[in-house]
Amino acid sequence: MAGKTINIKLKIWRQAGENKPGKFESYEVNDVSVDMSFLEMLDVLNENELKKGSDPIHFDHDCREGICGMCSLYINGKPHGPKHGITTCQLHMRTFSDGETIVVEPWRASAFPVLKDLVVDRTSFDRIMQAGGYVTVSTGGVPDANEIAIPKTVADEAMDAAQCIGCGACVAACKNASAMLFTSAKVSQLALLPQGGAERKRRALAMVEQHDAEGFGACTNTGACEAVCPKEISITHIARLNREFTRASFSGNETDYQN
Amino acid sequence: MSWQKSLSSTIGRKIMMSLSGILLILFLAGHVSGNMTLLMGKADAFNMYAHFMSTNPLVQVVANVFKLFFLAHIVYAIILTAQNKKARGGQAYKVTNKDGSQVSKYMGVLGSVIAVFLVVHLAQYWAVMHELRGEISTTTIDGVEMKDLYSVVAVSYANPMIVAAYVISMFVLAFHLWHGFASAFQTLGLNNKRYTPIIAFLGKAYSIIVPVLFGAIPVVMFLNS
Amino acid sequence: MSLESKIPAGPLAEKWEKHKFNVKLVNPANKRKFNIIVVGTGLAGASAAATLAELGYNVDAFCFQDSPRRAHSIAAQGGINAAKNYQNDGDSVFRLFYDTIKGGDYRSREANVHRLAEVSTEIIDQCVAQGVPFARDYGGLLDNRSFGGAQVSRTFYARGQTGQQLLLGAYSALTKMVNTGKVKMHTRKEMLDVVTIDGAAKGIVTRDLVTGKVESHAGHAVLLCTGGYGNVFFLSTNAMASNGSAAWRAYKKGAKFANPCFTQIHPTCIPVHGDYQSKLTLMSESLRNDGRVWVPKDKKHAKITAAEAVKLPESERDYYLERRYPSFGNLVPRDVASRNAKMVCDEGRGVGVTGLAVFLDFADAIKRDGQKTIEAKYGNLFDMYKQITADNPYEVPMMIYPAVHYTMGGLWVDYNLSTNVPGLYALGEANFSDHGANRLGASALMQGLADGYFVIPYTIGDYIATLPLGQAVDKSNPAFAEAEKAAQARIDKLLNIKGNQTPDDIHKKLGHIMWEYCGMSRNKEGLEKARGMIQELRKEFNKDLKVIGANEELNMTLEKALRLEDFLELGELMVIDAHNRSESCGGHFREESQTEEGEALRQDEEFSYVAAWGYEGEGKDPSLTKEDLVFENVKLTQRSYK
Repeated sequence: MAGKTINIKLKIWRQAGENKPGKFESYEVNDVSVDMSFLEMLDVLNENELKKGSDPIHFDHDCREGICGMCSLYINGKPHGPKHGITTCQLHMRTFSDGETIVVEPWRASAFPVLKDLVVDRTSFDRIMQAGGYVTVSTGGVPDANEIAIPKTVADEAMDAAQCIGCGACVAACKNASAMLFTSAKVSQLALLPQGGAERKRRALAMVEQHDAEGFGACTNTGACEAVCPKEISITHIARLNREFTRASFSGNETDYQN
Repeated sequence: MSWQKSLSSTIGRKIMMSLSGILLILFLAGHVSGNMTLLMGKADAFNMYAHFMSTNPLVQVVANVFKLFFLAHIVYAIILTAQNKKARGGQAYKVTNKDGSQVSKYMGVLGSVIAVFLVVHLAQYWAVMHELRGEISTTTIDGVEMKDLYSVVAVSYANPMIVAAYVISMFVLAFHLWHGFASAFQTLGLNNKRYTPIIAFLGKAYSIIVPVLFGAIPVVMFLNS
Repeated sequence: MSLESKIPAGPLAEKWEKHKFNVKLVNPANKRKFNIIVVGTGLAGASAAATLAELGYNVDAFCFQDSPRRAHSIAAQGGINAAKNYQNDGDSVFRLFYDTIKGGDYRSREANVHRLAEVSTEIIDQCVAQGVPFARDYGGLLDNRSFGGAQVSRTFYARGQTGQQLLLGAYSALTKMVNTGKVKMHTRKEMLDVVTIDGAAKGIVTRDLVTGKVESHAGHAVLLCTGGYGNVFFLSTNAMASNGSAAWRAYKKGAKFANPCFTQIHPTCIPVHGDYQSKLTLMSESLRNDGRVWVPKDKKHAKITAAEAVKLPESERDYYLERRYPSFGNLVPRDVASRNAKMVCDEGRGVGVTGLAVFLDFADAIKRDGQKTIEAKYGNLFDMYKQITADNPYEVPMMIYPAVHYTMGGLWVDYNLSTNVPGLYALGEANFSDHGANRLGASALMQGLADGYFVIPYTIGDYIATLPLGQAVDKSNPAFAEAEKAAQARIDKLLNIKGNQTPDDIHKKLGHIMWEYCGMSRNKEGLEKARGMIQELRKEFNKDLKVIGANEELNMTLEKALRLEDFLELGELMVIDAHNRSESCGGHFREESQTEEGEALRQDEEFSYVAAWGYEGEGKDPSLTKEDLVFENVKLTQRSYK
C-alpha cells in the first residue's frame, strides 16, 4: 500500500538461550508502512535477517488479534508498548515517529526466565492455575444452566476479571514482579460466582501459596499492573483476593484445606 | 494453611505492613495533637503533657505496643524489599516503566529516611527525657516537679539547621503517607466503589495536614526564638 | 476399501441414546491401566483430556504453545449455539439439527449433526458449572442472541470473547486434572508423526520446541484435536502457528482425509493492506445487521478511499446484496456474501488502494438509530477497526473483504469420532463430520466441546474395551524408533537444503495459488493449473528453502518450514478434491455448476457423498473412497435467499 512510511531504529535484546548472556543489538528498518502492526514490522526485519544469514529475532506471538496472550515485548519501557488496553500485536507503527529509536526487551522477572531473545517461560502462570484456578466439577451431572440466577452486575464483574489473557504484562511492569493481578483475576472471578463459592477458601490459599513458591514478589499497590493490562483489569480484584485470603486464613472451619 | 503460614506469605506480610502502618498513622495523630501544646506559647502546657506521657502507666503500655508496631513495620519492610528484589531478577530493564503511583516506588527509600529521622528524634528528646543522654533541668508546675522538656525543644529549634532537617523529614513523611494511607486499606481488601474514593481523599488530606502541623512546630518556634 | 460410518440404526432422535447403551464399557478400575494421548488443547482437546482423566484414564496432553490456554479456540468471538429454547421462541433440538444440516448444504451426516444438537444443551450447563461468565439479563438468567442468520435466539455469549471464556473453562478443567496427576501436560511440544503398530495408532513423535529433542510417546489411543488447516492460504483469520501437520501426518499413516476442499471464507474481515501482512482480522458477522454493503456503480470510481466514499452520491452506489437478494439483503449467508464481494471486485469495482475491498456503511444506521445506539451495539468492534486501520467507522464506511476462516474438511471419522486407523481419533475442527460444506455461525465452539466433553468419553470405550487388559504399549517396538528416525531425517533434510527462499516466501506463493484457484470460486482449468503449480512449488521448496540455525534450539524458522512442508502437500489434496467435486455446494463454488442467476448449484444425484481420500505413497495419486450420505429426515432443497 502506498501509504505513509517511516524509518526506525531498534535496540533489541538478544540472548541465545536460558542462562546464557544476552545483549542489545541495533537494527534499522526503513520504509515501514505506518499501517503495519509492530509484529509485522518485526516479521519484515526477520525476513531480512534470515536472508542475510542471521538468526531471526525470536518472539512469542500467535493469534495476532489480542486474545491469546502469547505476545509479550517490553517496548520503550512499557509492556505491550505505549498505548493503553492493547497487546503488542494490536500496536501499529503509526504510533511511532520517523527516525525514532525503539527499545525492545523481554518480560523480565525471576519467575519468567528468558528462553531465547524475547521469548520467556511463563509456565509459572499455569502452575498457579493448577493450584486452584478452577471449580472442581466433573463433566456431566451438573444442574441446569439457569438453575441459579446470578445478578447481571455480578456476572459482569466476574467477566471483567475473567478477561485476563495470562500474558504476564502485569508481572513485567511491576517493580516487584508480583503476579497478584493475574492471580486475583481468577480468584475474584470464581469468588464472585456462586459456582466458585464452595472452594473459595482453599482456592485463595493454594493459589497464593503457589504464587509465592514461583518466586513472584509482593504487591505494593503501585497500580502499574492495571495501567499496562491489555484487558484493563482493575486492582480492585487484588483487594478482593486479599479479602478472600484473609478470610480463609483467619476464619474458622479451614478443614477443606490441608497441606 | 495455618495462620502462621499465612502470615509468612506475600499477602500475609503485606497485611502486617498495613496493620502496623494504620496503627502508626493513629500514633501520628496522637503525637501531633499532643505536640500542639508546644504552640500554645507556654512551656507549662507542653511539660505537663510530656510528664503525663512519661509517667502514666497506661500510656507506658500503649507506648510499648507502638514500639512493637514500629519494629514490625520496619522488619517486614526489609523482608519484603529483599523478596521483591529477588523476584525482579538480576537483569534490569534498560528503559524503566513509568506507570502507576510514583511515590509507591520509593516507599523503601522514604521509609529509610523516616527511620533515620526517628533515631535522631529519639536521641534528641526521648533519650534526654529518659536521662539516657544529655542533661535536663526540672520545673515545678502546680506543686509537681517535672522535667523541663520544653526548654530542650526550644533550644534545639533555635538552630536553623535542625529546623530545616525537621521540615525536610516531614516532607518525606508526607510522601510516605500519601501512598501508605490508602494502600493499607487496599491491602486489607477494603476496596469498594463507594468507600475507596472517601478513603483516598482522607488519606491525602491526612498526609498533608499531619506533616504540616508537625513541620509548623519547629518553624514557629524558630521564628519566636 | 469401504468406510464403515457405524451410524446406529433406528430413528434419528434415538440413535445416540441407543448407541451410548450399546458401546462397550471399560470398568472404572481398569481405565487407569490405559494411557491416552491428546494432541492439541483447544476446546476439543482440553475438554477431552479433562473428561477422560476424570473417568480414570491416564492422559498425556500436548500443545505447541507455551500454555494450553493459548489454543486458537480462544479467538472465537460470537458465541455458542444450544437448543435450550430459553427464549421460548420455538427452538428445539430438531430445529438446531435442521438449521445446521441445511446450513451445511446437505453435505454432512444426519446422525452426527443430530447428536451435536442433542448434547448442545449439556454444554451450556457444564460451562456454567465451571464458572464461565456468560452474559445475563437483569433477572440474572442467561441471555441469548440470534446469530448467523438463525431465526431463533439460541446463541449464548460472553461479550465478544465467547471462545476465550469457553476455552478458559475447558482449560480450568484440564488444569484441575493436571493437579491431580491424571493429566501430564506437555507444552511447547509439536507433534511430528503418528506411530502405528500393526495398523493401529500407538503413539506420537514430538519435537520439543525449546530443546529440539525429538522423542516418542506411547498411548493406547491417540486423539488429534489439532484444529483446521486454513493457514494453507498463508493469510487467514487463524493464528500464526495454526497448522495442518498433525492431520496430514495421520493421513500419511493411513487415515482418510475427507472433503479437504470445503473451506469457509468469512465475508467481513479487514482487507489486506500490504505484502507484509501476516494475518487477517475478522470483524464480527453481526455488523451486517446494521451495515450496508456497497461498491461504486461505475468502474471509474473504483479504488476510492473511505473518505472519498462519503462524498459519492447515492445514485453512484451499488448496494449489490440488497439489489440481488431483496429478501435477505445484507444478511445472506457467509458463502453468498463472500462470493458476491469477490464478483464485484473482479468486475473492477472494488474499493480501497488495492481494489480488493467493499464498503460496509453505517451512515444510514447512525442516521436512523443515532450514534449512541450503534456505539452500544458495536462500540468495541468499531474501536478495533479504528485501531487497525486508523479510519473512524462512525464517520466513514468500513472496508471489508472475505478471508479464509474455517475448514469444514478434515480427517474422516466414523460416528465414534474414530478415523479408519484403529485407535486414532479426530475431534473438533480437525475432523470433517458436522458442518458439511459450510459452517453456521456459533457452531464451531459447540462442536469442539460436544466432541470433547460428551462424545469421545463414551465412544472411546468401544475401542479401549477391545484391547488386552494391563498391557502397556511396548515402547521398544521398532515402530517408535523408526518414526523418531524419520522425523529426525525430515528435520535434517530441511536444515540442509540451504537455499535462498525463506519459509514465508514459499508459503506466500502457496497462499496465492490457493486463493486464486481454490478460493471463493473454482473451475476445472484453474484447479488443474493450480495442481501443477503446487507440484512445482514443492520442488522449489526442496531445492531452495532457507532455514538458519540448528535443531537443538528454539528455532521458529524450522518450525515454519516443517509446517509448510505439510501444507504444500495438503494444498494439492485440496485442489484434487475441489477438482473432483464438480458441483457447487456451500463454501465450494464451482463455476461450472451454477444457476442462471449465478448461484451455487448442487448436484445431489452425483455428489451426495463424503469424499474420503487415502494416501497411496509418494508421487502417487490419492485414492478416493465415497461414503454415501443418506438423508431420511430432511428434504434436500436448493438454498435460496432471493
